[in-house]
Amino acid sequence: MAILIENLTKVYGDQKAVDDISFEVKTGEVVGFLGPNGAGKSTTMKMITCYMAPTAGKIFLEGLDVDKNPEEIKKKIGYLPENNPLYTDMAIIDYLKFCADIQGVEKTKVNERIHKMVDMCGLNLERHKRIGELSKGYRQRVGLAQAMIHDPEVLILDEPTTGLDPNQIIEIRKLIKELGKEKTVILSSHILSEVEATCDRILIINKGKIVADGTSETLRGQAQGKELIKVEIEASNGADIKKKLLGLASVESVKELEEKKNYFLVQSKPEHTSRKDVFDACVKNKWYLMEMTRIETKLEDVFREVTN
Amino acid sequence: MKSIWVITKRELTSYFDSLIAYLMIIIFLILSGIFTWLYGSTIFLIGQADLQVFFGISYWTLFFFIPAITMRTLAEETRSGTIELLSTKAVSDWQIVVGKFVASLLLLCIALACTIPYYITVSKLGDVDHGAIIGGYFGLLLMSAMYISIGIFSSSLTNNQIVAFLLALFIGSFFHILFQFMASGSTGLIAHIMDYLSVRTHYESLSRGVVDTRDLIYFGSFILAGLVLSQTMLSKRNWHN
Repeated sequence: MAILIENLTKVYGDQKAVDDISFEVKTGEVVGFLGPNGAGKSTTMKMITCYMAPTAGKIFLEGLDVDKNPEEIKKKIGYLPENNPLYTDMAIIDYLKFCADIQGVEKTKVNERIHKMVDMCGLNLERHKRIGELSKGYRQRVGLAQAMIHDPEVLILDEPTTGLDPNQIIEIRKLIKELGKEKTVILSSHILSEVEATCDRILIINKGKIVADGTSETLRGQAQGKELIKVEIEASNGADIKKKLLGLASVESVKELEEKKNYFLVQSKPEHTSRKDVFDACVKNKWYLMEMTRIETKLEDVFREVTN
Repeated sequence: MKSIWVITKRELTSYFDSLIAYLMIIIFLILSGIFTWLYGSTIFLIGQADLQVFFGISYWTLFFFIPAITMRTLAEETRSGTIELLSTKAVSDWQIVVGKFVASLLLLCIALACTIPYYITVSKLGDVDHGAIIGGYFGLLLMSAMYISIGIFSSSLTNNQIVAFLLALFIGSFFHILFQFMASGSTGLIAHIMDYLSVRTHYESLSRGVVDTRDLIYFGSFILAGLVLSQTMLSKRNWHN
């Protein structure tokens, strides 16, 4: 199910939580919302799931206007809200049954779906416990199970991995990737590595606006622009390495690093790579090349750059 | 229709799981039992086999009990955030409100059903006016439905159960006694309006065994008003501005 969002705006009082954003998510795409706290990620999700009406703008699910067909849309969406609210006085099984019934799962399939969810989310040992007795990680699994119980075509997950331990995080990521093959998934997170590991596409949101949109590679590429390498060169005394490096055609600047002797940070000119030139220079001058490392821009850097 | 029932079932189960239901039924039976049969009771003295005493007591016990039943319905959902979960499922706000209303009403029906032995006992004592007793039960039921509706509305206004409880009592007290006082203290049209607004007027006419459409319209319209207002409060988040 494709999701189309047009000029979506939400105003709380005099604050614009979401400011005129538009984007499209294709069927089978896993999209990650990334952004600092209060950027408008959750608000956008609440509008897609029919919890809140937008101040302006439209949301379409496979051509259906969310504002006009909430009942129909809600059946097709599985939603895990932020902070994962649950009826703590219910047993897991009863709760999942309630969710299945209310989402209109066929009577004959209810038990099968519940079993599948319990297996999928690793709730087997706890299945008769009351939700209030569960640890945070298990509650999160129950939250995921209720979101997927009716086999929705669209999954909206607001910070799905909070409160999980590293093993569980890896499991859940795997699960999301698996689901993403046939379903449309939108998830939010402020853990960058998570978004990078699970999502086909990343939307960085800041102050209610989309500030970056693309795969993690394209985002990194955009931010990087100029190649950066670290080189360590061993040469006979007196050789002026820095000056010679600066003389290379592809090199824009050279900075001496303090950690070791003859350790340099070399920045290339835009759309050039200086690695070959540096190597050739070493050969020509009979220097020993001890280390050459390409510095990759991390998604963190992109994030900081666009949200500051 | 099915969604309403799913919500009703969950609410009712949660009443019984949390002991609220048992406590409410037991205390209601103890209070109405003591006052009907034992303490200061005239039931054996008036020489008439009827349940007027019981209906008089229930008129007050239910007034206090119903807000205690309804106070958590929406307030607790808002406080814990589960309202977000519920309203993003395939149900409308109206279905949520009606589902909760039906659950509270069913709990009340169960409580009232537990007093049927009183009826049986009295009918063994002598000739009873069956019409008056059935009318009395019917009146209690309609009155309860109206206070449940008011209670759910109060619960939709706040996320604090105590506030919801007090608010329901506050609004309820107007219908329960205050309008009646105002009616007795004024004359003419105002007295007439106040009298019409008072629950007692309609309750008494029903418990005489007279089913008048005016009474049905009275209860029906306040029940509906309470439900519509609760739904409006729920869908406020959904307004475009």
